[in-house]
Amino acid sequence: MSAGSAIFGRHERTALLGPIVNVNPIAVQVLGICSALAVTTRMDKALVMGIGVTLVTALANLAVSLVRNYTPGSIRIIVQLAIIASLVIVVDQVLKATLYELSLELSVFVGLIITNCIVMGRAEGFAMQNPPWLSFLDGIGNGLGYAAVLMIVGFVRELTGAGTLFGHVVLPLTKNGGWYEPNGLMLLAPSGLFLIALLIWALRTWKPELQEEA
Amino acid sequence: MPRLDSTRYTILFATAVSIVCALLVSSAAVGLSERQEANALLYKQKNVLLAAGLVRPGQALSTAEMAEIFERRVHVRAVDLQTGQVLPQDKFDAVNYKQRKARNDPAQSRAAPPNDAQIARLPNVGAVYVVSSADGKDEQIVLPIEGMGMWGTIYGLLSMDVDGNTVRGLTFYEQKETPGLGGEISNPQWQALWVGRKAYDANWSPQLAVIKGQAGPPDTDPHHVDGLSGATITSNGVTRVLRFWLSADGYAPYLKNVRSGGAS
Repeated sequence: MSAGSAIFGRHERTALLGPIVNVNPIAVQVLGICSALAVTTRMDKALVMGIGVTLVTALANLAVSLVRNYTPGSIRIIVQLAIIASLVIVVDQVLKATLYELSLELSVFVGLIITNCIVMGRAEGFAMQNPPWLSFLDGIGNGLGYAAVLMIVGFVRELTGAGTLFGHVVLPLTKNGGWYEPNGLMLLAPSGLFLIALLIWALRTWKPELQEEA
Repeated sequence: MPRLDSTRYTILFATAVSIVCALLVSSAAVGLSERQEANALLYKQKNVLLAAGLVRPGQALSTAEMAEIFERRVHVRAVDLQTGQVLPQDKFDAVNYKQRKARNDPAQSRAAPPNDAQIARLPNVGAVYVVSSADGKDEQIVLPIEGMGMWGTIYGLLSMDVDGNTVRGLTFYEQKETPGLGGEISNPQWQALWVGRKAYDANWSPQLAVIKGQAGPPDTDPHHVDGLSGATITSNGVTRVLRFWLSADGYAPYLKNVRSGGAS
Protein backbone atom coordinates (compact mmCIF):
# COMPACT_ATOMS: atom_id res chain seq x y z
CA MET A 1 0.00 0.00 0.00
CA SER A 2 1.41 3.39 -0.90
CA ALA A 3 2.71 5.54 1.92
CA GLY A 4 0.25 7.92 3.50
CA SER A 5 -2.81 6.20 2.08
CA ALA A 6 -5.84 6.93 4.22
CA ILE A 7 -8.65 4.55 5.06
CA PHE A 8 -10.97 6.77 3.10
CA GLY A 9 -8.82 9.10 1.00
CA ARG A 10 -9.24 10.37 -2.52
CA HIS A 11 -8.39 7.02 -4.17
CA GLU A 12 -10.82 5.18 -1.98
CA ARG A 13 -13.61 7.61 -2.73
CA THR A 14 -12.95 7.30 -6.47
CA ALA A 15 -12.97 3.52 -6.21
CA LEU A 16 -16.27 3.53 -4.35
CA LEU A 17 -18.20 6.34 -6.01
CA GLY A 18 -16.78 6.35 -9.55
CA PRO A 19 -18.61 3.22 -10.72
CA ILE A 20 -21.98 4.54 -9.59
CA VAL A 21 -22.14 7.11 -12.39
CA ASN A 22 -18.86 8.00 -14.13
CA VAL A 23 -17.67 4.46 -14.89
CA ASN A 24 -20.98 2.72 -14.30
CA PRO A 25 -20.51 -0.98 -15.16
CA ILE A 26 -23.71 -1.23 -17.23
CA ALA A 27 -24.14 2.23 -18.71
CA VAL A 28 -20.47 3.04 -19.37
CA GLN A 29 -18.47 -0.18 -19.30
CA VAL A 30 -21.48 -2.05 -20.82
CA LEU A 31 -20.87 -5.14 -18.69
CA GLY A 32 -23.47 -7.45 -17.18
CA ILE A 33 -26.23 -6.56 -19.64
CA CYS A 34 -27.64 -10.09 -19.87
CA SER A 35 -28.75 -10.38 -16.26
CA ALA A 36 -29.89 -6.75 -16.29
CA LEU A 37 -32.49 -7.76 -18.90
CA ALA A 38 -33.65 -10.82 -17.02
CA VAL A 39 -34.19 -9.60 -13.47
CA THR A 40 -35.67 -6.16 -14.03
CA THR A 41 -39.33 -7.12 -14.48
CA ARG A 42 -39.93 -6.51 -10.78
CA MET A 43 -38.17 -4.13 -8.40
CA ASP A 44 -37.86 -6.61 -5.55
CA LYS A 45 -36.06 -9.04 -7.86
CA ALA A 46 -33.79 -6.23 -9.11
CA LEU A 47 -33.00 -5.15 -5.55
CA VAL A 48 -32.08 -8.64 -4.36
CA MET A 49 -30.02 -9.27 -7.48
CA GLY A 50 -28.26 -5.92 -6.99
CA ILE A 51 -27.42 -6.77 -3.39
CA GLY A 52 -26.22 -10.24 -4.44
CA VAL A 53 -23.93 -8.88 -7.14
CA THR A 54 -22.61 -6.16 -4.79
CA LEU A 55 -21.73 -8.73 -2.13
CA VAL A 56 -20.13 -11.11 -4.61
CA THR A 57 -18.14 -8.41 -6.42
CA ALA A 58 -16.90 -6.88 -3.16
CA LEU A 59 -15.91 -10.15 -1.53
CA ALA A 60 -14.45 -11.59 -4.72
CA ASN A 61 -12.37 -8.44 -5.22
CA LEU A 62 -11.21 -8.63 -1.60
CA ALA A 63 -10.25 -12.31 -1.83
CA VAL A 64 -8.59 -11.98 -5.24
CA SER A 65 -6.65 -8.95 -4.04
CA LEU A 66 -5.52 -10.70 -0.86
CA VAL A 67 -3.91 -13.56 -2.80
CA ARG A 68 -2.87 -11.48 -5.82
CA ASN A 69 0.83 -11.54 -4.88
CA TYR A 70 0.79 -15.31 -4.37
CA THR A 71 -1.28 -16.27 -7.41
CA PRO A 72 0.68 -17.87 -10.27
CA GLY A 73 -0.10 -15.92 -13.44
CA SER A 74 -0.77 -19.07 -15.43
CA ILE A 75 -3.79 -20.06 -13.33
CA ARG A 76 -5.02 -16.68 -12.14
CA ILE A 77 -8.26 -16.75 -14.15
CA ILE A 78 -9.33 -20.14 -12.85
CA VAL A 79 -8.42 -19.08 -9.30
CA GLN A 80 -10.66 -16.01 -9.68
CA LEU A 81 -13.42 -18.20 -11.07
CA ALA A 82 -13.17 -20.65 -8.17
CA ILE A 83 -13.42 -17.81 -5.66
CA ILE A 84 -16.35 -16.18 -7.49
CA ALA A 85 -18.21 -19.47 -7.97
CA SER A 86 -17.87 -20.34 -4.28
CA LEU A 87 -19.18 -16.94 -3.21
CA VAL A 88 -22.12 -17.21 -5.61
CA ILE A 89 -23.10 -20.60 -4.21
CA VAL A 90 -22.96 -19.17 -0.70
CA VAL A 91 -25.19 -16.23 -1.73
CA ASP A 92 -27.67 -18.65 -3.33
CA GLN A 93 -27.74 -20.82 -0.19
CA VAL A 94 -28.28 -17.79 2.05
CA LEU A 95 -31.13 -16.61 -0.20
CA LYS A 96 -32.81 -20.02 -0.02
CA ALA A 97 -32.53 -19.92 3.76
CA THR A 98 -33.89 -16.40 4.15
CA LEU A 99 -35.98 -15.19 1.19
CA TYR A 100 -37.29 -18.51 -0.08
CA GLU A 101 -40.07 -17.40 -2.45
CA LEU A 102 -37.83 -14.84 -4.11
CA SER A 103 -35.04 -17.39 -4.38
CA LEU A 104 -37.32 -19.68 -6.40
CA GLU A 105 -37.56 -17.02 -9.10
CA LEU A 106 -34.01 -15.74 -8.79
CA SER A 107 -32.10 -19.00 -8.42
CA VAL A 108 -31.27 -19.32 -12.10
CA PHE A 109 -29.97 -15.77 -12.30
CA VAL A 110 -28.07 -15.95 -9.02
CA GLY A 111 -26.21 -18.92 -10.47
CA LEU A 112 -25.45 -16.76 -13.47
CA ILE A 113 -23.69 -14.14 -11.32
CA ILE A 114 -20.69 -16.44 -11.88
CA THR A 115 -20.71 -15.49 -15.53
CA ASN A 116 -21.60 -11.85 -14.88
CA CYS A 117 -18.84 -9.98 -16.63
CA ILE A 118 -18.77 -7.29 -13.93
CA VAL A 119 -17.49 -9.66 -11.25
CA MET A 120 -14.81 -11.26 -13.37
CA GLY A 121 -13.99 -7.96 -15.04
CA ARG A 122 -13.33 -6.18 -11.76
CA ALA A 123 -11.39 -9.11 -10.31
CA GLU A 124 -9.08 -9.31 -13.31
CA GLY A 125 -9.07 -5.62 -14.18
CA PHE A 126 -8.81 -4.05 -10.73
CA ALA A 127 -8.27 -6.43 -7.82
CA MET A 128 -5.23 -8.12 -9.40
CA GLN A 129 -3.36 -4.77 -9.34
CA ASN A 130 -4.71 -3.07 -6.21
CA PRO A 131 -4.58 -3.58 -2.44
CA PRO A 132 -7.45 -5.38 -0.66
CA TRP A 133 -9.28 -2.42 0.90
CA LEU A 134 -9.31 -0.44 -2.33
CA SER A 135 -10.43 -3.52 -4.25
CA PHE A 136 -13.20 -4.16 -1.75
CA LEU A 137 -14.49 -0.58 -2.20
CA ASP A 138 -14.25 -0.92 -5.96
CA GLY A 139 -16.36 -4.06 -5.72
CA ILE A 140 -19.00 -2.32 -3.60
CA GLY A 141 -19.01 0.65 -5.99
CA ASN A 142 -19.45 -1.48 -9.08
CA GLY A 143 -22.13 -3.55 -7.39
CA LEU A 144 -24.01 -0.40 -6.41
CA GLY A 145 -23.64 1.03 -9.91
CA TYR A 146 -25.12 -2.18 -11.28
CA ALA A 147 -27.89 -2.15 -8.67
CA ALA A 148 -28.72 1.49 -9.44
CA VAL A 149 -29.26 0.75 -13.14
CA LEU A 150 -31.28 -2.36 -12.26
CA MET A 151 -33.52 -0.34 -9.96
CA ILE A 152 -34.13 2.38 -12.56
CA VAL A 153 -34.94 -0.13 -15.30
CA GLY A 154 -36.98 -2.23 -12.86
CA PHE A 155 -38.97 0.83 -11.77
CA VAL A 156 -40.04 1.66 -15.34
CA ARG A 157 -40.69 -1.95 -16.36
CA GLU A 158 -42.69 -2.94 -13.30
CA LEU A 159 -44.72 0.26 -13.25
CA THR A 160 -45.65 0.29 -16.93
CA GLY A 161 -45.76 -3.48 -17.42
CA ALA A 162 -47.65 -4.61 -14.36
CA GLY A 163 -48.84 -1.39 -12.68
CA THR A 164 -47.06 -2.30 -9.45
CA LEU A 165 -43.92 -1.28 -7.54
CA PHE A 166 -42.28 -3.86 -5.26
CA GLY A 167 -45.43 -5.91 -5.83
CA HIS A 168 -47.73 -3.20 -4.46
CA VAL A 169 -50.45 -1.98 -6.79
CA VAL A 170 -49.80 1.58 -7.97
CA LEU A 171 -51.83 1.64 -11.18
CA PRO A 172 -54.89 -0.65 -10.84
CA LEU A 173 -55.17 -2.88 -13.95
CA THR A 174 -58.30 -3.03 -16.07
CA LYS A 175 -58.44 -6.82 -15.74
CA ASN A 176 -58.60 -6.40 -11.95
CA GLY A 177 -61.24 -3.69 -12.18
CA GLY A 178 -58.95 -0.65 -12.43
CA TRP A 179 -58.21 1.73 -15.29
CA TYR A 180 -54.65 0.96 -16.41
CA GLU A 181 -54.07 -1.26 -19.45
CA PRO A 182 -50.52 -2.62 -18.93
CA ASN A 183 -47.95 -2.63 -21.70
CA GLY A 184 -47.03 -6.31 -21.99
CA LEU A 185 -43.90 -5.53 -23.99
CA MET A 186 -42.38 -3.94 -20.90
CA LEU A 187 -42.29 -7.34 -19.19
CA LEU A 188 -40.37 -8.97 -22.04
CA ALA A 189 -36.60 -8.83 -22.42
CA PRO A 190 -36.46 -6.43 -25.41
CA SER A 191 -37.89 -3.57 -23.34
CA GLY A 192 -34.95 -3.93 -20.96
CA LEU A 193 -32.62 -3.49 -23.89
CA PHE A 194 -34.46 -0.34 -25.03
CA LEU A 195 -34.42 1.16 -21.55
CA ILE A 196 -30.74 0.45 -20.99
CA ALA A 197 -29.95 1.96 -24.39
CA LEU A 198 -31.95 5.07 -23.49
CA LEU A 199 -30.08 5.26 -20.19
CA ILE A 200 -26.71 4.98 -21.92
CA TRP A 201 -27.77 7.72 -24.32
CA ALA A 202 -28.99 9.99 -21.52
CA LEU A 203 -25.81 9.48 -19.50
CA ARG A 204 -23.57 10.29 -22.46
CA THR A 205 -25.56 13.39 -23.26
CA TRP A 206 -25.28 14.56 -19.66
CA LYS A 207 -21.54 13.75 -19.56
CA PRO A 208 -20.21 14.26 -23.11
CA GLU A 209 -16.69 13.26 -22.00
CA LEU A 210 -17.96 9.65 -21.84
CA GLN A 211 -18.61 9.59 -25.58
CA GLU A 212 -16.20 7.41 -27.52
CA GLU A 213 -14.46 8.60 -30.68
CA ALA A 214 -16.59 7.58 -33.62
CA MET B 1 9.22 -17.68 -1.15
CA PRO B 2 9.21 -20.18 -4.05
CA ARG B 3 9.00 -18.98 -7.62
CA LEU B 4 5.39 -18.20 -8.54
CA ASP B 5 5.55 -19.91 -11.91
CA SER B 6 7.07 -23.23 -10.80
CA THR B 7 4.85 -26.24 -11.48
CA ARG B 8 5.12 -27.45 -7.90
CA TYR B 9 3.98 -24.13 -6.45
CA THR B 10 1.18 -23.79 -9.02
CA ILE B 11 -0.23 -27.18 -8.10
CA LEU B 12 0.09 -26.48 -4.38
CA PHE B 13 -1.61 -23.11 -4.74
CA ALA B 14 -4.45 -24.57 -6.83
CA THR B 15 -4.97 -27.30 -4.24
CA ALA B 16 -5.04 -24.81 -1.38
CA VAL B 17 -7.56 -22.56 -3.15
CA SER B 18 -9.77 -25.57 -3.97
CA ILE B 19 -9.76 -26.76 -0.36
CA VAL B 20 -10.61 -23.34 1.05
CA CYS B 21 -13.42 -22.84 -1.49
CA ALA B 22 -14.77 -26.36 -0.90
CA LEU B 23 -14.85 -25.78 2.84
CA LEU B 24 -16.67 -22.49 2.39
CA VAL B 25 -19.31 -23.95 0.07
CA SER B 26 -19.92 -27.13 2.04
CA SER B 27 -20.19 -25.39 5.39
CA ALA B 28 -22.72 -22.93 3.93
CA ALA B 29 -24.72 -25.75 2.36
CA VAL B 30 -24.73 -27.92 5.48
CA GLY B 31 -25.19 -25.08 7.94
CA LEU B 32 -28.20 -23.62 6.13
CA SER B 33 -29.88 -26.82 4.95
CA GLU B 34 -32.20 -27.06 7.93
CA ARG B 35 -33.65 -23.59 7.37
CA GLN B 36 -33.92 -24.19 3.63
CA GLU B 37 -35.90 -27.38 4.13
CA ALA B 38 -38.16 -25.66 6.64
CA ASN B 39 -38.74 -22.88 4.10
CA ALA B 40 -39.55 -25.33 1.31
CA LEU B 41 -42.04 -27.17 3.52
CA LEU B 42 -43.67 -23.93 4.59
CA TYR B 43 -44.00 -22.77 1.00
CA LYS B 44 -45.72 -26.03 0.06
CA GLN B 45 -48.04 -25.78 3.06
CA LYS B 46 -48.93 -22.20 2.21
CA ASN B 47 -49.87 -23.21 -1.31
CA VAL B 48 -52.03 -26.09 -0.09
CA LEU B 49 -53.85 -23.65 2.18
CA LEU B 50 -54.23 -21.19 -0.72
CA ALA B 51 -55.66 -23.89 -2.99
CA ALA B 52 -58.09 -24.95 -0.30
CA GLY B 53 -59.11 -21.34 0.31
CA LEU B 54 -58.10 -21.48 3.99
CA VAL B 55 -55.69 -18.62 3.37
CA ARG B 56 -56.56 -15.73 1.09
CA PRO B 57 -53.98 -14.51 -1.44
CA GLY B 58 -51.99 -11.63 0.00
CA GLN B 59 -53.16 -12.35 3.53
CA ALA B 60 -50.33 -11.67 5.96
CA LEU B 61 -49.84 -14.64 8.23
CA SER B 62 -46.89 -15.45 10.44
CA THR B 63 -45.18 -18.74 9.75
CA ALA B 64 -46.37 -20.05 13.11
CA GLU B 65 -50.02 -19.22 12.33
CA MET B 66 -49.73 -20.86 8.94
CA ALA B 67 -48.16 -24.01 10.38
CA GLU B 68 -50.88 -24.08 13.02
CA ILE B 69 -53.74 -23.92 10.47
CA PHE B 70 -52.05 -26.58 8.40
CA GLU B 71 -51.54 -28.81 11.42
CA ARG B 72 -55.17 -28.48 12.50
CA ARG B 73 -56.99 -28.70 9.17
CA VAL B 74 -54.78 -30.61 6.72
CA HIS B 75 -53.70 -34.25 6.72
CA VAL B 76 -51.27 -35.67 4.21
CA ARG B 77 -52.25 -39.04 2.79
CA ALA B 78 -50.36 -41.35 0.46
CA VAL B 79 -52.45 -42.77 -2.37
CA ASP B 80 -51.64 -45.63 -4.71
CA LEU B 81 -52.33 -43.83 -7.98
CA GLN B 82 -53.25 -46.96 -9.95
CA THR B 83 -55.74 -48.43 -7.48
CA GLY B 84 -56.78 -45.19 -5.81
CA GLN B 85 -56.39 -46.80 -2.38
CA VAL B 86 -55.07 -44.76 0.55
CA LEU B 87 -51.97 -46.42 1.95
CA PRO B 88 -52.08 -47.06 5.69
CA GLN B 89 -50.06 -44.50 7.62
CA ASP B 90 -48.09 -47.11 9.54
CA LYS B 91 -46.92 -48.65 6.25
CA PHE B 92 -46.05 -45.46 4.36
CA ASP B 93 -44.64 -42.20 5.67
CA ALA B 94 -46.74 -39.73 3.67
CA VAL B 95 -45.56 -36.66 5.60
CA ASN B 96 -41.93 -37.01 4.58
CA TYR B 97 -42.66 -38.41 1.12
CA LYS B 98 -41.04 -36.42 -1.69
CA GLN B 99 -43.19 -36.92 -4.76
CA ARG B 100 -40.95 -35.13 -7.23
CA LYS B 101 -37.96 -37.18 -6.17
CA ALA B 102 -39.97 -40.41 -6.34
CA ARG B 103 -41.17 -39.56 -9.85
CA ASN B 104 -37.58 -39.66 -11.09
CA ASP B 105 -36.68 -42.84 -9.19
CA PRO B 106 -37.30 -45.92 -11.39
CA ALA B 107 -38.03 -48.03 -8.32
CA GLN B 108 -40.85 -45.72 -7.22
CA SER B 109 -42.29 -44.68 -10.56
CA ARG B 110 -43.32 -45.89 -13.98
CA ALA B 111 -43.30 -44.46 -17.48
CA ALA B 112 -46.45 -42.44 -18.00
CA PRO B 113 -48.92 -43.66 -20.64
CA PRO B 114 -48.97 -41.50 -23.79
CA ASN B 115 -50.50 -38.15 -22.89
CA ASP B 116 -50.67 -34.63 -24.28
CA ALA B 117 -49.66 -32.95 -21.01
CA GLN B 118 -46.12 -34.13 -21.81
CA ILE B 119 -45.73 -36.02 -18.57
CA ALA B 120 -42.92 -38.58 -18.93
CA ARG B 121 -43.00 -40.41 -15.61
CA LEU B 122 -45.62 -41.03 -12.97
CA PRO B 123 -44.89 -41.85 -9.33
CA ASN B 124 -46.54 -45.00 -7.98
CA VAL B 125 -47.66 -43.10 -4.92
CA GLY B 126 -49.19 -39.65 -4.86
CA ALA B 127 -49.26 -37.43 -1.77
CA VAL B 128 -52.67 -35.79 -1.41
CA TYR B 129 -53.83 -33.31 1.22
CA VAL B 130 -57.13 -34.01 2.90
CA VAL B 131 -58.58 -30.78 4.28
CA SER B 132 -61.11 -31.08 7.07
CA SER B 133 -63.71 -28.59 8.19
CA ALA B 134 -63.46 -26.86 11.58
CA ASP B 135 -65.44 -29.71 13.17
CA GLY B 136 -63.17 -32.38 11.74
CA LYS B 137 -65.18 -33.65 8.74
CA ASP B 138 -63.28 -34.26 5.49
CA GLU B 139 -64.16 -31.39 3.20
CA GLN B 140 -61.68 -31.01 0.36
CA ILE B 141 -58.91 -32.97 -1.30
CA VAL B 142 -55.91 -30.98 -2.55
CA LEU B 143 -54.16 -32.79 -5.39
CA PRO B 144 -50.68 -31.90 -6.70
CA ILE B 145 -50.64 -31.58 -10.51
CA GLU B 146 -47.92 -30.88 -13.04
CA GLY B 147 -47.38 -30.79 -16.78
CA MET B 148 -46.14 -28.78 -19.70
CA GLY B 149 -47.11 -25.16 -20.20
CA MET B 150 -45.47 -23.10 -22.92
CA TRP B 151 -41.93 -22.62 -21.61
CA GLY B 152 -41.66 -25.29 -18.99
CA THR B 153 -43.39 -27.53 -16.51
CA ILE B 154 -46.07 -25.85 -14.46
CA TYR B 155 -46.71 -27.13 -10.96
CA GLY B 156 -50.00 -26.57 -9.25
CA LEU B 157 -52.46 -27.75 -6.66
CA LEU B 158 -56.08 -28.56 -7.47
CA SER B 159 -58.55 -28.62 -4.62
CA MET B 160 -61.60 -30.85 -5.12
CA ASP B 161 -64.68 -31.17 -2.97
CA VAL B 162 -65.27 -34.57 -1.34
CA ASP B 163 -68.09 -35.02 -3.87
CA GLY B 164 -65.20 -35.83 -6.21
CA ASN B 165 -66.48 -33.43 -8.84
CA THR B 166 -66.62 -29.80 -7.69
CA VAL B 167 -63.47 -27.70 -7.93
CA ARG B 168 -62.82 -25.77 -4.72
CA GLY B 169 -59.66 -24.02 -5.78
CA LEU B 170 -56.65 -24.06 -8.06
CA THR B 171 -53.20 -22.53 -7.67
CA PHE B 172 -50.00 -22.67 -9.66
CA TYR B 173 -46.97 -22.23 -7.47
CA GLU B 174 -44.17 -22.84 -9.92
CA GLN B 175 -44.22 -21.85 -13.58
CA LYS B 176 -42.08 -20.18 -16.21
CA GLU B 177 -44.82 -18.81 -18.47
CA THR B 178 -44.50 -15.42 -20.17
CA PRO B 179 -44.96 -12.64 -17.59
CA GLY B 180 -48.18 -10.71 -18.20
CA LEU B 181 -49.56 -13.31 -20.65
CA GLY B 182 -49.32 -16.99 -19.69
CA GLY B 183 -47.82 -15.95 -16.37
CA GLU B 184 -51.30 -14.74 -15.44
CA ILE B 185 -52.13 -18.31 -14.39
CA SER B 186 -50.56 -17.19 -11.10
CA ASN B 187 -53.06 -14.30 -10.85
CA PRO B 188 -55.41 -14.96 -7.90
CA GLN B 189 -58.26 -13.22 -9.79
CA TRP B 190 -58.03 -15.76 -12.59
CA GLN B 191 -57.55 -18.67 -10.22
CA ALA B 192 -60.73 -17.66 -8.39
CA LEU B 193 -62.72 -18.33 -11.61
CA TRP B 194 -62.19 -22.06 -11.08
CA VAL B 195 -64.08 -22.26 -7.82
CA GLY B 196 -67.39 -24.07 -8.22
CA ARG B 197 -66.68 -25.58 -11.66
CA LYS B 198 -67.47 -29.25 -12.22
CA ALA B 199 -64.57 -31.49 -13.21
CA TYR B 200 -66.59 -34.30 -14.82
CA ASP B 201 -69.68 -34.81 -16.97
CA ALA B 202 -72.35 -37.42 -16.25
CA ASN B 203 -70.11 -40.22 -17.59
CA TRP B 204 -67.20 -39.19 -15.32
CA SER B 205 -65.09 -38.05 -18.22
CA PRO B 206 -62.91 -34.99 -17.40
CA GLN B 207 -64.41 -31.86 -18.95
CA LEU B 208 -62.55 -28.91 -17.41
CA ALA B 209 -61.18 -26.54 -20.04
CA VAL B 210 -59.79 -23.08 -20.47
CA ILE B 211 -61.71 -21.71 -23.46
CA LYS B 212 -61.09 -18.77 -25.77
CA GLY B 213 -62.97 -15.73 -24.56
CA GLN B 214 -65.29 -15.59 -21.62
CA ALA B 215 -66.99 -18.46 -19.87
CA GLY B 216 -70.31 -18.17 -18.08
CA PRO B 217 -70.87 -18.48 -14.33
CA PRO B 218 -70.42 -22.00 -12.83
CA ASP B 219 -74.23 -22.65 -12.77
CA THR B 220 -74.74 -22.29 -16.50
CA ASP B 221 -71.25 -23.11 -17.80
CA PRO B 222 -69.91 -25.63 -15.28
CA HIS B 223 -66.80 -26.90 -17.09
CA HIS B 224 -65.23 -23.82 -18.67
CA VAL B 225 -63.03 -20.97 -17.51
CA ASP B 226 -62.09 -17.69 -19.26
CA GLY B 227 -59.07 -17.93 -21.52
CA LEU B 228 -56.00 -15.78 -20.96
CA SER B 229 -55.66 -13.36 -23.85
CA GLY B 230 -52.41 -13.78 -25.73
CA ALA B 231 -51.68 -17.06 -23.99
CA THR B 232 -53.36 -19.79 -26.04
CA ILE B 233 -50.55 -22.29 -25.57
CA THR B 234 -50.44 -21.83 -21.81
CA SER B 235 -54.25 -22.01 -21.65
CA ASN B 236 -54.27 -25.25 -23.62
CA GLY B 237 -51.46 -26.56 -21.42
CA VAL B 238 -53.54 -25.93 -18.30
CA THR B 239 -56.51 -27.74 -19.88
CA ARG B 240 -54.36 -30.74 -20.78
CA VAL B 241 -52.68 -30.88 -17.37
CA LEU B 242 -56.03 -30.77 -15.54
CA ARG B 243 -57.63 -33.37 -17.81
CA PHE B 244 -54.67 -35.70 -17.44
CA TRP B 245 -54.69 -35.62 -13.66
CA LEU B 246 -58.48 -36.02 -13.55
CA SER B 247 -58.29 -39.01 -15.91
CA ALA B 248 -57.91 -42.69 -15.02
CA ASP B 249 -54.11 -42.26 -15.31
CA GLY B 250 -54.21 -39.54 -12.65
CA TYR B 251 -56.43 -39.23 -9.62
CA ALA B 252 -59.72 -40.59 -11.04
CA PRO B 253 -59.43 -43.94 -9.17
CA TYR B 254 -58.78 -42.10 -5.91
CA LEU B 255 -61.57 -39.57 -6.50
CA LYS B 256 -63.91 -42.52 -7.07
CA ASN B 257 -62.96 -43.82 -3.63
CA VAL B 258 -63.41 -40.34 -2.20
CA ARG B 259 -66.98 -40.27 -3.52
CA SER B 260 -67.73 -43.48 -1.65
CA GLY B 261 -66.29 -41.97 1.53
CA GLY B 262 -62.68 -43.17 1.37
CA ALA B 263 -60.88 -39.82 1.38
CA SER B 264 -58.49 -40.69 4.17
